[in-house]
Amino acid sequence: MSNIIAIAQKELKSYFASPIAYIVIGLFALLYGYFYVAILAYFVRQSMQMSEFGGQGAQAMDINQQLIRPLMTNVTILVLFVMPMVTMRTYSEEKRSGTIELLLTSPLTDFQIIMGKFLGALALWVIMLLVSMVHLAILFVYARPALRPLASAYLGLLLLGGCFISVGLFISSLTKNQIVAGMTTFAVFLFLWVITWIGSFSGPTVDQLVNYLSIINHFDDFGKGVIDTTHVIYYVSFITFVLFLTAKSVDSERWRA
Amino acid sequence: MIEVQHLTKRYGRVTAVEDVSFRVERGEIFGFLGPNGAGKTTTMRILTGFIPPTEGKAIVAGFDVFDQPIEAKRRTGYLPETPPLYPDMSVVEYLTFVAKIKGVPSAGRRQRIQTVMERTRIDDMANRLCSKLSKGYRQRVGLAQAIIHNPDVLILDEPTAGLDPKQIIETRELIKELAGDHTIILSTHILPEVAQTCQRVVIINKGHVVALDTPDNLTARLRGSETMYVQVDTNGLDAVGAFERVAGVTRVAESDRRDGLVGYEIESQQGRDVRRDLARTVVTNGWGLLEMRPMRMSLEEIFLSLTTEETPTPAPASTEGELVHE
Repeated sequence: MSNIIAIAQKELKSYFASPIAYIVIGLFALLYGYFYVAILAYFVRQSMQMSEFGGQGAQAMDINQQLIRPLMTNVTILVLFVMPMVTMRTYSEEKRSGTIELLLTSPLTDFQIIMGKFLGALALWVIMLLVSMVHLAILFVYARPALRPLASAYLGLLLLGGCFISVGLFISSLTKNQIVAGMTTFAVFLFLWVITWIGSFSGPTVDQLVNYLSIINHFDDFGKGVIDTTHVIYYVSFITFVLFLTAKSVDSERWRA
Repeated sequence: MIEVQHLTKRYGRVTAVEDVSFRVERGEIFGFLGPNGAGKTTTMRILTGFIPPTEGKAIVAGFDVFDQPIEAKRRTGYLPETPPLYPDMSVVEYLTFVAKIKGVPSAGRRQRIQTVMERTRIDDMANRLCSKLSKGYRQRVGLAQAIIHNPDVLILDEPTAGLDPKQIIETRELIKELAGDHTIILSTHILPEVAQTCQRVVIINKGHVVALDTPDNLTARLRGSETMYVQVDTNGLDAVGAFERVAGVTRVAESDRRDGLVGYEIESQQGRDVRRDLARTVVTNGWGLLEMRPMRMSLEEIFLSLTTEETPTPAPASTEGELVHE
C-alpha cells in the first residue's frame, strides 16, 4: 500500500511540477464557470418569466433539476477534453525518458504501479472537482439547492472521471509518444460518448447494448440525484476491467521490449 | 551471488543473447565487455528483472529473478545506460521517492539519503532539479539511486559513459569503494576501465560469451605464456626440431610460410627469456633470422581480435581459436 501511495504522490507532484496541472485545472475552472454563468442566466430569466406570468410558477422552478443537472451534463463534456491531457503522459513519458526502467526494476508489482498512477490522476481530478465547487458555493449563498443530489452528481463525476482515467492510462501504456496517446485517448472517449447514436436505428438489441455500454448514459441518474447501484457497479467494473487491460499491456511490453 | 545459466533472449527472429552462463562471487567486481549491440544491456536487463529471458535462468542473491522478482529486485541496484531521473524532481525528492519504492524504511530514510548523497558526492546539488544537472551529476545521482537501499548486487550499465576524464576516475574510485559491500557487475566498451576496475571479465560479442577470465589472465593467455614469433629463412628445412631443443621452450608451431620464409610461434616457460638461445640456434644452423618479436596483446587487442569479424591481422596474432573454445 505504501508503494501505491508513493507512486500516487509522485504522479500528483509531477502534474504540479509541470504546467499540466495548472492548465488543466485553470481551463476546467474557466469553462465550468462559463457553463455555470450561461445556465444560471438562462435559469434566472426563466424564473423571472415564470413569476411574472403565474404566481405558482416560481415554485415549479427547481434549482437542482434546472440548473445543476444541465450543468453537470455539460461538465461531462469537459471531462472528455480535459482528461486526455491528464493521462497522456502517465506511461508514455516514463517509457520515453527511460524512468520506466526504474519502476520495473524496483521491488514493485505491476498492480502497485498501475494503481499508483491511477490514484495520482484521480487525485488531480478530485482537485479539479473541488475547484469547481467554488462556483456552487456561491449558489448556496443566494439559493437553497438540495445538497444530496449535488453530492450524487459529484460522485458520478468522480466515477466518470475514473473511467476516463483508466482508459487514458491504458492507451498511454501502449505508446512512447504522448501526442499519439493523447489523440487516441480523445478519439476513444469521443467514441464512448457517441456510441449510443448507432443504437437508435440498429434495432432494439443493439440499442440496449450500446445504451448499457455508453459511459455517459450511466451518468444521467447521478445528475438527477439518484445513486443507482447498477451504475456504480458499471463504473467500478469498467475501471477494473480497463486497469486489468493496462496490467496486461505493461506485462506484454516486457516480453516485447 | 549471481548465477546465470544458459541465458537466451530472442526478439522475434533476432537473437540478442545466446546461451550465456557465468557466476559472480560475493564482493567481486565483474566486467562485461563487448562492442555496442553485443548483448550487454540485454543481459543486464534480464538480471534486473526488467525483461524476462527466452530461455535459461538468472539467480540474483539467491532468488530467481523470474520466479521471485520482488525478492530479487529488493537486493539489486540498477543503473541503466541513461540514469532514470525525473526531470521535474529535485535530487532529494528523487532519492526520497526511490528510497520509498525500494523499501527503505521511513525511520532512517533521511539519514540514508544523506549518507548516499555524501558517498556519491552529490550533496551540494541536493536541491537542484534533476533536469538542471550536468551529465556527470546525473550519472552520480543514478548511482546514488542504485545504492540507496544498500543492495547486495549492483548492476551498472556503462557507468562512465559520457563523463569527462576526471569524472571517470572519480566514478571508478567510487565503484571500487562500493565493491566491499556489494557485488558489482558493470558493462563497458572501454577496455582500460575493465583492466582497472574489474577482477574478472566476460567478453561478449553478438550475444555469445567469447572469453571469461581475469584481465591479467586474459592478457597472459593471449601472450601465450611468453610466446615469441620468429621468422626464419631455412632454405626449406624444418626448424621445429631445432627450436624445440632450446632449453625452456615448451612448444613450437609453424604459423605461416611463404616464399621460403617460415614463421614460428614459440612458447616458452613463463619468465624465461629464450631470445638469445633462439637467435644462437638460428645462426649456428646457418639460417637467416628475419624477425623475432614477443607476441603480446593488450586487452584492447584481445578485445579487437575477439570481437572484430574480419580479422585482417596476419596469422601470428590469431591466437583467437584458443579462446573461442573456452
